[in-house]
Amino acid sequence: MEKWEDNKAWFLVLPAFVIVAFSGIIPLMTVVNYSLQDIFGPGQAVFVGTEWFKEMLSNHRLHDALWRQFIFSGLVLLIEIPLGIIIALAMPKRGWGVSASLVILALPLVIPWNVIGTIWIIFTRPDIGLFGVGINSLDLLEVPFDHTAKPIYAWITLLAMEVWHWTPLVALLAYAGLRAIPEAYYQAAKIDGASPWATFVYIQLPKMRGVLTIAVLLRWMDSFLIYAEPFALTGGGPGNTTTFLSIYLVKLATMQFDLGPAAAFSIIYFLIVLLFSFAFYQALLNVGRGDKA
Amino acid sequence: MKIQKRTIALCLYFGILILPIYWMLNMSLRTNADILGNFALYPADITFRNYIKIFTDPTWYTAYINAILYVSMNTVMSLAFALPAAYAFSRYKFIGDGQMFFWLLTNRMAPPAVFLLPYLQLYSTFNLMDTHIAVALAHCLFNVPLSVWILEGFMSGVPKEIDETAFIDGYSFPRFFLTIFIPLIRAGVGVTAFFCFMFSWVELLFARTLTITEAKPIVATMTRTISATGLDWGLLAAAGVLTIVPGGLVIWFVRNHLAKGFALGRV
Repeated sequence: MEKWEDNKAWFLVLPAFVIVAFSGIIPLMTVVNYSLQDIFGPGQAVFVGTEWFKEMLSNHRLHDALWRQFIFSGLVLLIEIPLGIIIALAMPKRGWGVSASLVILALPLVIPWNVIGTIWIIFTRPDIGLFGVGINSLDLLEVPFDHTAKPIYAWITLLAMEVWHWTPLVALLAYAGLRAIPEAYYQAAKIDGASPWATFVYIQLPKMRGVLTIAVLLRWMDSFLIYAEPFALTGGGPGNTTTFLSIYLVKLATMQFDLGPAAAFSIIYFLIVLLFSFAFYQALLNVGRGDKA
Repeated sequence: MKIQKRTIALCLYFGILILPIYWMLNMSLRTNADILGNFALYPADITFRNYIKIFTDPTWYTAYINAILYVSMNTVMSLAFALPAAYAFSRYKFIGDGQMFFWLLTNRMAPPAVFLLPYLQLYSTFNLMDTHIAVALAHCLFNVPLSVWILEGFMSGVPKEIDETAFIDGYSFPRFFLTIFIPLIRAGVGVTAFFCFMFSWVELLFARTLTITEAKPIVATMTRTISATGLDWGLLAAAGVLTIVPGGLVIWFVRNHLAKGFALGRV
Protein backbone atom coordinates (compact mmCIF):
# COMPACT_ATOMS: atom_id res chain seq x y z
CA MET A 1 0.00 0.00 0.00
CA GLU A 2 1.34 3.41 -0.98
CA LYS A 3 1.61 5.60 2.11
CA TRP A 4 0.88 9.30 2.41
CA GLU A 5 3.89 11.45 3.12
CA ASP A 6 3.12 13.77 5.99
CA ASN A 7 5.26 14.64 8.99
CA LYS A 8 2.18 15.74 10.89
CA ALA A 9 1.66 12.02 11.57
CA TRP A 10 4.17 12.57 14.38
CA PHE A 11 1.36 14.09 16.44
CA LEU A 12 -0.40 10.73 16.36
CA VAL A 13 2.72 8.90 17.50
CA LEU A 14 3.63 11.44 20.17
CA PRO A 15 1.34 10.19 22.99
CA ALA A 16 2.64 6.63 22.60
CA PHE A 17 6.19 7.95 22.45
CA VAL A 18 5.77 9.98 25.65
CA ILE A 19 4.28 7.17 27.70
CA VAL A 20 6.87 4.61 26.59
CA ALA A 21 9.68 7.13 27.05
CA PHE A 22 8.56 7.76 30.63
CA SER A 23 8.98 4.07 31.43
CA GLY A 24 11.75 3.38 28.94
CA ILE A 25 14.13 6.29 28.44
CA ILE A 26 14.24 8.03 31.84
CA PRO A 27 15.06 4.79 33.69
CA LEU A 28 17.66 3.89 31.11
CA MET A 29 19.40 7.23 31.60
CA THR A 30 19.39 6.62 35.35
CA VAL A 31 21.05 3.26 34.77
CA VAL A 32 23.74 4.91 32.66
CA ASN A 33 24.20 7.39 35.49
CA TYR A 34 24.66 4.69 38.11
CA SER A 35 27.01 2.71 35.94
CA LEU A 36 29.55 5.52 35.80
CA GLN A 37 29.54 6.47 39.48
CA ASP A 38 30.34 5.04 42.87
CA ILE A 39 27.40 5.88 45.10
CA PHE A 40 27.92 5.95 48.87
CA GLY A 41 24.61 7.55 49.82
CA PRO A 42 22.22 10.31 48.79
CA GLY A 43 24.24 13.10 47.18
CA GLN A 44 27.54 11.31 47.69
CA ALA A 45 28.72 9.99 44.38
CA VAL A 46 32.11 9.82 42.72
CA PHE A 47 32.60 9.56 38.99
CA VAL A 48 34.50 6.36 38.27
CA GLY A 49 34.32 6.18 34.48
CA THR A 50 34.37 2.70 33.01
CA GLU A 51 35.61 0.95 36.14
CA TRP A 52 32.35 -0.94 36.77
CA PHE A 53 32.22 -2.08 33.16
CA LYS A 54 35.76 -3.46 33.39
CA GLU A 55 34.86 -5.18 36.64
CA MET A 56 31.69 -6.75 35.27
CA LEU A 57 33.24 -7.84 31.97
CA SER A 58 35.89 -9.82 33.85
CA ASN A 59 33.43 -11.13 36.43
CA HIS A 60 33.41 -14.92 36.12
CA ARG A 61 29.93 -15.20 37.69
CA LEU A 62 28.57 -13.04 34.90
CA HIS A 63 30.34 -15.22 32.34
CA ASP A 64 28.86 -18.34 33.93
CA ALA A 65 25.37 -16.85 33.94
CA LEU A 66 25.76 -15.82 30.31
CA TRP A 67 26.86 -19.31 29.22
CA ARG A 68 24.05 -20.88 31.20
CA GLN A 69 21.66 -18.49 29.50
CA PHE A 70 22.89 -19.37 26.01
CA ILE A 71 22.69 -23.12 26.69
CA PHE A 72 19.23 -22.76 28.20
CA SER A 73 17.83 -20.64 25.37
CA GLY A 74 19.44 -22.94 22.78
CA LEU A 75 17.90 -26.06 24.32
CA VAL A 76 14.54 -24.32 24.55
CA LEU A 77 14.57 -23.63 20.80
CA LEU A 78 15.77 -27.14 19.90
CA ILE A 79 12.87 -28.72 21.77
CA GLU A 80 10.02 -26.26 21.36
CA ILE A 81 10.16 -25.47 17.65
CA PRO A 82 9.97 -29.06 16.27
CA LEU A 83 7.45 -30.04 18.94
CA GLY A 84 5.29 -27.01 18.18
CA ILE A 85 5.28 -27.82 14.45
CA ILE A 86 4.29 -31.44 15.11
CA ILE A 87 1.40 -30.34 17.33
CA ALA A 88 0.21 -27.81 14.77
CA LEU A 89 0.24 -30.50 12.06
CA ALA A 90 -1.81 -32.83 14.24
CA MET A 91 -4.46 -30.26 15.12
CA PRO A 92 -7.92 -30.57 13.53
CA LYS A 93 -8.67 -28.23 10.64
CA ARG A 94 -12.39 -27.75 11.12
CA GLY A 95 -15.22 -28.47 13.51
CA TRP A 96 -15.57 -28.02 17.24
CA GLY A 97 -12.12 -29.53 17.78
CA VAL A 98 -10.49 -26.34 16.52
CA SER A 99 -11.96 -24.13 19.24
CA ALA A 100 -11.32 -26.75 21.92
CA SER A 101 -7.68 -27.18 20.87
CA LEU A 102 -7.10 -23.43 20.73
CA VAL A 103 -8.54 -22.89 24.21
CA ILE A 104 -6.49 -25.72 25.75
CA LEU A 105 -3.33 -24.55 23.99
CA ALA A 106 -3.77 -20.94 25.10
CA LEU A 107 -4.40 -21.87 28.73
CA PRO A 108 -0.75 -22.10 29.90
CA LEU A 109 -0.08 -18.72 28.28
CA VAL A 110 -2.43 -16.77 30.58
CA ILE A 111 -1.18 -18.23 33.85
CA PRO A 112 0.97 -15.74 35.80
CA TRP A 113 4.63 -16.66 35.43
CA ASN A 114 5.33 -17.25 39.09
CA VAL A 115 2.20 -19.39 39.34
CA ILE A 116 3.75 -21.50 36.56
CA GLY A 117 6.67 -21.97 38.96
CA THR A 118 4.28 -22.85 41.78
CA ILE A 119 2.43 -25.36 39.62
CA TRP A 120 5.69 -27.10 38.84
CA ILE A 121 6.88 -27.11 42.43
CA ILE A 122 3.65 -28.80 43.45
CA PHE A 123 3.85 -31.15 40.47
CA THR A 124 7.47 -32.27 40.90
CA ARG A 125 8.09 -32.26 44.65
CA PRO A 126 9.26 -35.68 45.83
CA ASP A 127 6.78 -35.71 48.71
CA ILE A 128 3.53 -34.37 47.24
CA GLY A 129 4.04 -34.05 43.47
CA LEU A 130 2.57 -36.46 40.95
CA PHE A 131 5.74 -36.41 38.86
CA GLY A 132 8.16 -36.50 41.80
CA VAL A 133 6.41 -39.36 43.59
CA GLY A 134 5.75 -41.17 40.32
CA ILE A 135 9.32 -41.19 39.09
CA ASN A 136 10.74 -42.10 42.49
CA SER A 137 8.33 -45.02 42.90
CA LEU A 138 9.76 -46.48 39.68
CA ASP A 139 13.09 -46.65 41.52
CA LEU A 140 15.16 -46.05 38.38
CA LEU A 141 17.33 -43.20 39.60
CA GLU A 142 20.40 -43.55 41.77
CA VAL A 143 19.62 -40.37 43.66
CA PRO A 144 15.88 -39.88 44.29
CA PHE A 145 14.40 -37.12 42.18
CA ASP A 146 14.31 -33.74 43.90
CA HIS A 147 14.84 -30.57 41.92
CA THR A 148 16.64 -28.93 44.84
CA ALA A 149 19.09 -31.81 45.24
CA LYS A 150 21.02 -32.10 41.98
CA PRO A 151 21.73 -29.47 39.31
CA ILE A 152 20.77 -31.90 36.54
CA TYR A 153 17.35 -32.41 38.13
CA ALA A 154 16.84 -28.68 38.52
CA TRP A 155 17.68 -28.21 34.82
CA ILE A 156 15.36 -30.99 33.72
CA THR A 157 12.54 -29.53 35.79
CA LEU A 158 13.14 -26.03 34.46
CA LEU A 159 13.31 -27.21 30.85
CA ALA A 160 10.18 -29.33 31.26
CA MET A 161 8.41 -26.32 32.71
CA GLU A 162 9.61 -24.01 29.95
CA VAL A 163 8.61 -26.48 27.23
CA TRP A 164 5.24 -27.04 28.88
CA HIS A 165 4.65 -23.31 29.20
CA TRP A 166 5.71 -22.01 25.79
CA THR A 167 5.41 -24.82 23.22
CA PRO A 168 1.70 -23.91 22.86
CA LEU A 169 2.74 -20.47 21.60
CA VAL A 170 4.92 -22.04 18.90
CA ALA A 171 2.09 -24.44 18.06
CA LEU A 172 -0.44 -21.60 17.77
CA LEU A 173 1.87 -19.61 15.49
CA ALA A 174 2.64 -22.65 13.32
CA TYR A 175 -1.08 -23.50 13.18
CA ALA A 176 -1.92 -19.99 12.01
CA GLY A 177 0.77 -20.35 9.33
CA LEU A 178 -0.65 -23.68 8.19
CA ARG A 179 -4.18 -22.31 7.99
CA ALA A 180 -3.00 -19.56 5.64
CA ILE A 181 -1.95 -22.11 2.96
CA PRO A 182 -4.55 -22.17 0.17
CA GLU A 183 -6.29 -25.53 -0.42
CA ALA A 184 -5.13 -25.48 -4.07
CA TYR A 185 -1.55 -26.26 -2.98
CA TYR A 186 -2.66 -29.49 -1.33
CA GLN A 187 -4.76 -30.46 -4.33
CA ALA A 188 -1.79 -29.95 -6.63
CA ALA A 189 0.36 -32.07 -4.32
CA LYS A 190 -2.27 -34.81 -4.36
CA ILE A 191 -2.43 -34.83 -8.15
CA ASP A 192 1.36 -35.13 -8.30
CA GLY A 193 1.12 -38.02 -5.87
CA ALA A 194 3.35 -36.37 -3.28
CA SER A 195 3.95 -38.24 -0.04
CA PRO A 196 2.94 -36.53 3.25
CA TRP A 197 6.65 -35.96 3.93
CA ALA A 198 7.17 -34.29 0.53
CA THR A 199 4.07 -32.15 1.13
CA PHE A 200 5.55 -31.09 4.45
CA VAL A 201 9.03 -30.30 3.13
CA TYR A 202 8.06 -28.61 -0.13
CA ILE A 203 4.76 -26.91 0.73
CA GLN A 204 4.05 -26.56 4.44
CA LEU A 205 7.53 -25.78 5.72
CA PRO A 206 8.35 -23.04 3.18
CA LYS A 207 4.91 -21.48 3.70
CA MET A 208 5.45 -21.45 7.44
CA ARG A 209 8.82 -19.73 7.16
CA GLY A 210 7.45 -16.36 8.19
CA VAL A 211 5.64 -17.43 11.35
CA LEU A 212 8.46 -19.80 12.27
CA THR A 213 11.02 -17.01 12.07
CA ILE A 214 8.86 -15.04 14.45
CA ALA A 215 8.46 -18.06 16.73
CA VAL A 216 12.20 -18.73 16.84
CA LEU A 217 13.10 -15.15 17.59
CA LEU A 218 10.30 -14.61 20.12
CA ARG A 219 11.24 -17.74 22.03
CA TRP A 220 14.92 -16.82 21.89
CA MET A 221 14.28 -13.32 23.20
CA ASP A 222 11.81 -14.25 25.89
CA SER A 223 13.78 -17.20 27.20
CA PHE A 224 16.75 -14.82 27.37
CA LEU A 225 14.77 -12.57 29.73
CA ILE A 226 13.38 -15.40 31.87
CA TYR A 227 13.00 -14.48 35.52
CA ALA A 228 9.80 -15.30 37.39
CA GLU A 229 9.57 -19.03 36.67
CA PRO A 230 13.08 -20.08 37.82
CA PHE A 231 12.79 -17.55 40.64
CA ALA A 232 9.67 -19.31 41.92
CA LEU A 233 10.89 -22.83 41.16
CA THR A 234 14.57 -23.01 42.07
CA GLY A 235 15.51 -19.50 43.19
CA GLY A 236 18.62 -19.91 41.02
CA GLY A 237 19.85 -23.00 42.87
CA PRO A 238 21.06 -25.50 43.78
CA GLY A 239 24.13 -23.33 44.27
CA ASN A 240 24.13 -21.04 41.27
CA THR A 241 23.46 -23.72 38.70
CA THR A 242 20.20 -22.22 37.45
CA THR A 243 21.09 -18.57 37.97
CA PHE A 244 20.29 -16.97 34.63
CA LEU A 245 21.10 -13.40 33.67
CA SER A 246 17.95 -11.75 35.05
CA ILE A 247 18.13 -13.66 38.32
CA TYR A 248 21.76 -12.73 38.80
CA LEU A 249 21.01 -9.11 37.98
CA VAL A 250 18.13 -8.87 40.46
CA LYS A 251 20.27 -10.54 43.14
CA LEU A 252 23.08 -8.09 42.51
CA ALA A 253 20.79 -5.07 42.50
CA THR A 254 18.36 -5.72 45.33
CA MET A 255 20.17 -8.04 47.71
CA GLN A 256 23.70 -6.72 47.64
CA PHE A 257 22.84 -3.13 46.65
CA ASP A 258 25.86 -2.93 44.36
CA LEU A 259 24.30 -0.15 42.30
CA GLY A 260 27.32 0.60 40.11
CA PRO A 261 28.19 -2.93 39.02
CA ALA A 262 24.50 -3.84 38.70
CA ALA A 263 23.95 -0.85 36.42
CA ALA A 264 26.99 -1.69 34.29
CA PHE A 265 25.71 -5.26 34.04
CA SER A 266 22.26 -3.91 33.05
CA ILE A 267 23.78 -1.98 30.18
CA ILE A 268 25.82 -4.93 28.93
CA TYR A 269 22.71 -7.13 29.17
CA PHE A 270 20.60 -4.52 27.38
CA LEU A 271 23.14 -4.19 24.57
CA ILE A 272 23.19 -7.96 24.02
CA VAL A 273 19.40 -7.93 23.82
CA LEU A 274 19.43 -4.91 21.52
CA LEU A 275 21.77 -6.71 19.16
CA PHE A 276 19.34 -9.61 18.94
CA SER A 277 16.38 -7.25 18.58
CA PHE A 278 18.04 -5.66 15.60
CA ALA A 279 18.66 -9.05 13.99
CA PHE A 280 15.03 -9.91 14.76
CA TYR A 281 13.75 -6.75 13.14
CA GLN A 282 15.89 -7.21 10.04
CA ALA A 283 14.79 -10.83 9.70
CA LEU A 284 11.16 -9.75 9.94
CA LEU A 285 11.59 -7.13 7.23
CA ASN A 286 13.25 -9.70 4.97
CA VAL A 287 10.44 -12.18 5.55
CA GLY A 288 7.97 -9.54 4.40
CA ARG A 289 9.99 -8.90 1.26
CA GLY A 290 10.35 -12.61 0.52
CA ASP A 291 6.59 -13.03 0.53
CA LYS A 292 6.04 -10.28 -1.99
CA ALA A 293 8.66 -11.56 -4.42
CA MET B 1 -6.48 -45.07 10.61
CA LYS B 2 -3.72 -42.52 10.25
CA ILE B 3 -6.04 -39.69 11.29
CA GLN B 4 -6.98 -41.60 14.40
CA LYS B 5 -3.38 -42.15 15.48
CA ARG B 6 -2.81 -38.46 15.07
CA THR B 7 -5.83 -37.57 17.18
CA ILE B 8 -4.77 -39.97 19.93
CA ALA B 9 -1.29 -38.40 20.03
CA LEU B 10 -2.82 -34.94 20.20
CA CYS B 11 -5.16 -35.93 23.02
CA LEU B 12 -2.18 -37.41 24.85
CA TYR B 13 -0.34 -34.12 24.52
CA PHE B 14 -3.34 -32.15 25.76
CA GLY B 15 -3.53 -34.58 28.65
CA ILE B 16 0.08 -33.80 29.60
CA LEU B 17 -0.69 -30.10 29.20
CA ILE B 18 -3.62 -30.30 31.60
CA LEU B 19 -1.98 -32.67 34.11
CA PRO B 20 0.08 -30.14 36.14
CA ILE B 21 -2.94 -27.82 36.28
CA TYR B 22 -5.14 -30.71 37.38
CA TRP B 23 -2.61 -31.56 40.09
CA MET B 24 -2.79 -28.04 41.48
CA LEU B 25 -6.61 -28.21 41.43
CA ASN B 26 -6.40 -31.51 43.28
CA MET B 27 -4.16 -29.95 45.95
CA SER B 28 -6.42 -26.92 46.30
CA LEU B 29 -9.35 -29.12 47.31
CA ARG B 30 -7.52 -30.82 50.18
CA THR B 31 -6.30 -29.68 53.58
CA ASN B 32 -2.60 -29.23 54.14
CA ALA B 33 -2.45 -32.11 56.64
CA ASP B 34 -4.12 -34.36 54.09
CA ILE B 35 -1.69 -33.30 51.34
CA LEU B 36 1.39 -33.98 53.45
CA GLY B 37 -0.09 -37.04 55.12
CA ASN B 38 -1.13 -39.19 52.22
CA PHE B 39 -0.57 -39.24 48.49
CA ALA B 40 -3.76 -39.39 46.45
CA LEU B 41 -4.50 -39.04 42.75
CA TYR B 42 -7.81 -37.32 43.44
CA PRO B 43 -9.22 -35.61 46.54
CA ALA B 44 -10.99 -38.25 48.61
CA ASP B 45 -13.02 -35.83 50.68
CA ILE B 46 -13.28 -32.49 48.94
CA THR B 47 -12.90 -29.41 51.12
CA PHE B 48 -13.42 -25.83 50.04
CA ARG B 49 -11.68 -24.47 53.12
CA ASN B 50 -8.77 -23.04 51.14
CA TYR B 51 -11.09 -21.14 48.82
CA ILE B 52 -13.22 -19.89 51.70
CA LYS B 53 -10.07 -18.61 53.40
CA ILE B 54 -9.09 -16.67 50.26
CA PHE B 55 -12.55 -15.16 49.82
CA THR B 56 -12.83 -14.09 53.46
CA ASP B 57 -9.27 -12.91 54.18
CA PRO B 58 -8.78 -9.32 52.95
CA THR B 59 -5.03 -9.75 52.31
CA TRP B 60 -5.94 -12.43 49.75
CA TYR B 61 -9.04 -11.14 48.02
CA THR B 62 -7.90 -7.53 47.81
CA ALA B 63 -4.80 -8.84 46.05
CA TYR B 64 -7.04 -10.16 43.27
CA ILE B 65 -8.96 -6.89 43.08
CA ASN B 66 -5.67 -4.96 42.88
CA ALA B 67 -4.42 -7.11 40.03
CA ILE B 68 -7.68 -6.82 38.08
CA LEU B 69 -7.67 -3.03 38.63
CA TYR B 70 -4.21 -2.35 37.25
CA VAL B 71 -4.59 -4.88 34.43
CA SER B 72 -7.80 -3.16 33.27
CA MET B 73 -6.20 0.26 33.57
CA ASN B 74 -3.21 -0.91 31.58
CA THR B 75 -5.37 -2.44 28.84
CA VAL B 76 -7.36 0.77 28.39
CA MET B 77 -4.23 2.95 28.46
CA SER B 78 -2.32 0.75 26.02
CA LEU B 79 -5.18 0.79 23.53
CA ALA B 80 -5.79 4.53 23.86
CA PHE B 81 -2.14 5.38 23.22
CA ALA B 82 -1.47 2.69 20.64
CA LEU B 83 -4.47 3.24 18.35
CA PRO B 84 -3.43 6.66 16.95
CA ALA B 85 0.21 5.62 16.74
CA ALA B 86 -0.64 2.42 14.87
CA TYR B 87 -2.78 4.45 12.46
CA ALA B 88 0.16 6.77 11.79
CA PHE B 89 2.51 3.85 11.10
CA SER B 90 0.03 2.09 8.81
CA ARG B 91 -0.98 5.17 6.76
CA TYR B 92 1.82 7.71 6.75
CA LYS B 93 5.43 7.99 5.76
CA PHE B 94 7.21 10.45 8.04
CA ILE B 95 10.71 11.36 9.13
CA GLY B 96 12.12 8.68 11.41
CA ASP B 97 9.17 6.29 11.13
CA GLY B 98 11.33 3.18 10.74
CA GLN B 99 13.63 4.16 13.62
CA MET B 100 10.66 5.02 15.82
CA PHE B 101 9.02 1.67 15.15
CA PHE B 102 12.24 -0.17 15.94
CA TRP B 103 12.79 1.84 19.11
CA LEU B 104 9.26 1.00 20.30
CA LEU B 105 9.94 -2.68 19.70
CA THR B 106 13.21 -2.64 21.65
CA ASN B 107 11.15 -1.78 24.71
CA ARG B 108 9.15 -4.96 24.24
CA MET B 109 12.45 -6.83 24.26
CA ALA B 110 14.25 -5.02 27.03
CA PRO B 111 14.91 -7.19 30.08
CA PRO B 112 12.54 -5.94 32.83
CA ALA B 113 15.29 -6.63 35.37
CA VAL B 114 17.32 -3.78 33.81
CA PHE B 115 14.61 -1.27 34.71
CA LEU B 116 14.10 -2.51 38.23
CA LEU B 117 16.45 -0.16 40.08
CA PRO B 118 15.56 3.12 38.40
CA TYR B 119 11.85 2.36 38.68
CA LEU B 120 12.01 2.47 42.46
CA GLN B 121 13.53 5.94 42.24
CA LEU B 122 11.42 7.23 39.36
CA TYR B 123 8.09 6.19 40.80
CA SER B 124 8.93 7.44 44.31
CA THR B 125 9.90 10.81 42.82
CA PHE B 126 6.46 11.10 41.25
CA ASN B 127 4.81 9.83 44.45
CA LEU B 128 3.38 6.89 42.56
CA MET B 129 4.83 4.05 44.61
CA ASP B 130 2.31 1.48 45.77
CA THR B 131 -0.48 2.72 43.49
CA HIS B 132 -2.32 0.85 40.76
CA ILE B 133 -1.48 3.50 38.23
CA ALA B 134 2.26 2.90 38.78
CA VAL B 135 2.02 -0.75 37.77
CA ALA B 136 -0.32 0.08 34.88
CA LEU B 137 2.15 2.71 33.67
CA ALA B 138 5.14 0.38 34.03
CA HIS B 139 3.39 -2.34 32.03
CA CYS B 140 2.85 0.17 29.22
CA LEU B 141 6.57 -0.26 28.58
CA PHE B 142 5.95 -3.54 26.80
CA ASN B 143 2.19 -3.40 26.11
CA VAL B 144 2.10 -0.15 24.12
CA PRO B 145 4.76 -1.33 21.63
CA LEU B 146 3.04 -4.70 21.36
CA SER B 147 -0.34 -3.05 20.75
CA VAL B 148 1.09 -0.74 18.10
CA TRP B 149 2.60 -3.75 16.39
CA ILE B 150 -0.55 -5.89 16.38
CA LEU B 151 -2.90 -3.01 15.49
CA GLU B 152 -0.68 -1.83 12.65
CA GLY B 153 -1.08 -5.27 11.08
CA PHE B 154 -4.86 -5.13 11.29
CA MET B 155 -5.05 -1.52 10.08
CA SER B 156 -2.87 -2.22 7.03
CA GLY B 157 -5.52 -4.71 5.98
CA VAL B 158 -8.09 -1.91 5.62
CA PRO B 159 -7.88 -0.24 2.20
CA LYS B 160 -6.86 3.41 2.24
CA GLU B 161 -9.72 4.32 -0.08
CA ILE B 162 -12.08 4.11 2.90
CA ASP B 163 -10.18 6.94 4.63
CA GLU B 164 -10.09 9.01 1.45
CA THR B 165 -13.82 8.62 0.83
CA ALA B 166 -14.63 9.61 4.39
CA PHE B 167 -12.45 12.72 4.22
CA ILE B 168 -14.05 13.75 0.91
CA ASP B 169 -17.46 13.29 2.54
CA GLY B 170 -16.39 15.89 5.08
CA TYR B 171 -15.64 13.74 8.10
CA SER B 172 -13.17 15.26 10.54
CA PHE B 173 -10.30 12.98 11.52
CA PRO B 174 -11.46 12.22 15.08
CA ARG B 175 -15.01 11.51 13.92
CA PHE B 176 -13.83 9.26 11.09
CA PHE B 177 -11.41 7.45 13.39
CA LEU B 178 -13.90 6.79 16.19
CA THR B 179 -17.09 6.10 14.23
CA ILE B 180 -15.84 4.43 11.05
CA PHE B 181 -12.28 3.18 11.40
CA ILE B 182 -12.27 1.59 14.86
CA PRO B 183 -15.49 -0.38 14.24
CA LEU B 184 -13.84 -1.72 11.06
CA ILE B 185 -10.93 -3.21 13.01
CA ARG B 186 -12.84 -4.26 16.12
CA ALA B 187 -11.55 -7.85 15.84
CA GLY B 188 -8.03 -6.42 15.95
CA VAL B 189 -8.89 -4.27 18.95
CA GLY B 190 -10.26 -7.35 20.69
CA VAL B 191 -7.14 -9.40 20.00
CA THR B 192 -4.92 -6.54 21.13
CA ALA B 193 -6.88 -6.12 24.35
CA PHE B 194 -6.48 -9.85 24.96
CA PHE B 195 -2.70 -9.67 24.64
CA CYS B 196 -2.46 -6.55 26.82
CA PHE B 197 -4.57 -8.26 29.45
CA MET B 198 -2.49 -11.41 29.23
CA PHE B 199 0.96 -9.83 29.48
CA SER B 200 -0.06 -7.49 32.28
CA TRP B 201 -1.74 -10.31 34.19
CA VAL B 202 1.23 -12.69 34.04
CA GLU B 203 3.98 -10.18 34.84
CA LEU B 204 5.63 -10.46 38.24
CA LEU B 205 8.79 -8.38 38.50
CA PHE B 206 7.38 -4.85 38.07
CA ALA B 207 4.17 -5.67 39.90
CA ARG B 208 6.12 -6.89 42.91
CA THR B 209 8.67 -4.08 42.91
CA LEU B 210 6.25 -1.18 42.59
CA THR B 211 3.77 -2.25 45.24
CA ILE B 212 4.09 -2.54 49.01
CA THR B 213 0.67 -3.07 50.60
CA GLU B 214 -2.02 -0.85 49.08
CA ALA B 215 -1.80 -2.13 45.53
CA LYS B 216 -0.10 -5.47 46.09
CA PRO B 217 -1.33 -7.95 43.46
CA ILE B 218 -1.95 -11.66 43.87
CA VAL B 219 1.27 -12.71 42.13
CA ALA B 220 3.31 -10.80 44.74
CA THR B 221 1.24 -12.09 47.64
CA MET B 222 1.91 -15.60 46.44
CA THR B 223 5.70 -15.22 46.28
CA ARG B 224 5.66 -13.97 49.85
CA THR B 225 3.70 -17.03 50.92
CA ILE B 226 6.26 -19.27 49.26
CA SER B 227 9.17 -17.72 51.10
CA ALA B 228 7.42 -18.00 54.47
CA THR B 229 8.21 -21.05 56.57
CA GLY B 230 5.66 -23.74 57.24
CA LEU B 231 3.86 -23.13 54.01
CA ASP B 232 0.31 -24.17 53.31
CA TRP B 233 0.28 -26.05 50.01
CA GLY B 234 -3.49 -26.27 49.83
CA LEU B 235 -3.91 -22.53 50.21
CA LEU B 236 -1.15 -21.78 47.70
CA ALA B 237 -2.73 -24.16 45.18
CA ALA B 238 -6.16 -22.55 45.65
CA ALA B 239 -4.66 -19.10 45.08
CA GLY B 240 -2.97 -20.44 41.95
CA VAL B 241 -6.17 -21.96 40.59
CA LEU B 242 -7.96 -18.64 41.07
CA THR B 243 -5.29 -16.80 39.02
CA ILE B 244 -6.10 -19.05 36.05
CA VAL B 245 -9.83 -18.25 36.11
CA PRO B 246 -9.77 -14.69 34.64
CA GLY B 247 -7.37 -15.74 31.87
CA GLY B 248 -9.52 -18.74 31.07
CA LEU B 249 -12.63 -16.57 30.79
CA VAL B 250 -10.90 -14.11 28.49
CA ILE B 251 -9.61 -16.91 26.23
CA TRP B 252 -13.13 -18.27 25.95
CA PHE B 253 -14.44 -14.92 24.73
CA VAL B 254 -11.74 -14.34 22.12
CA ARG B 255 -11.26 -17.97 21.01
CA ASN B 256 -12.59 -17.30 17.50
CA HIS B 257 -10.31 -14.31 16.97
CA LEU B 258 -7.28 -15.91 18.57
CA ALA B 259 -6.12 -17.78 15.48
CA LYS B 260 -6.36 -14.58 13.42
CA GLY B 261 -4.34 -12.62 15.96
CA PHE B 262 -1.64 -15.25 15.83
CA ALA B 263 -1.92 -15.47 12.05
CA LEU B 264 -0.65 -11.95 11.86
CA GLY B 265 2.29 -13.34 13.71
CA ARG B 266 2.59 -10.33 15.89
CA VAL B 267 2.66 -11.49 19.42
